Amino acid sequence: MRDYESDDIVILVSRTLSPFIMLFALYVIFHGHYSPGGGFQGGTMLAAAVILIRLAAGMDIAQLQFPRALGMPLGAVGVLIYFGTGVAAMLGGGSFLDYAYLPLPGAAAALRSLGILFVEVGVGLAVVGILVSIYDDLLESGER
Amino acid sequence: MHWELEVTLFIFLVAAALLALESRNLLTAVVSLTVFSFLSALLYVAMGAVDVGFTEAVVGGGVSGVLFVVTIFKTTRTCRD
Repeated sequence: MRDYESDDIVILVSRTLSPFIMLFALYVIFHGHYSPGGGFQGGTMLAAAVILIRLAAGMDIAQLQFPRALGMPLGAVGVLIYFGTGVAAMLGGGSFLDYAYLPLPGAAAALRSLGILFVEVGVGLAVVGILVSIYDDLLESGER
Repeated sequence: MHWELEVTLFIFLVAAALLALESRNLLTAVVSLTVFSFLSALLYVAMGAVDVGFTEAVVGGGVSGVLFVVTIFKTTRTCRD
């Protein structure tokens, strides 16, 4: 921000809180297929933890945690994971996103559970990248 | 089942929405909108839609408030209507 000045208490609280938010976000992503939550919610919480550090410590320090250039490639990788899961199922002989035909060892039920996990991870990565990238672009506009 | 809880939440929900609409200070409006979002998340959970409530709490109470605050920092803080 323009009127940013360093505040020790805010930085201490946010950097203590941020790893716990990230841990809970990872829990939400990886347990998304049998409890409330999933890739979108967990990814949004992960992005909120990153944005919390950006708000508290300022853009320059937060670059060390999550560089600005990382947002868009991370989003693209997330979409590729999602799409790649679907195409891998197609290559295995089924239809698009039919996880039972994934070219991996295991029974059909276990493969379905694993496939939805891949999709959740892809969605989570895409949401993290794009939300942090939206925040960065919003903050940067008009400063050049 | 929890109709008392739901009625109370609805009253606070309408109050937060009216405050967000009528406030002259845009920062107050954004905070009130976040309160609205969180109350509606509580309502969804009270009605049994845990997943929807979770999404509403995370998105409405977490990220969109921050984006609105950044937008206010970039523009003006009081409305001119």
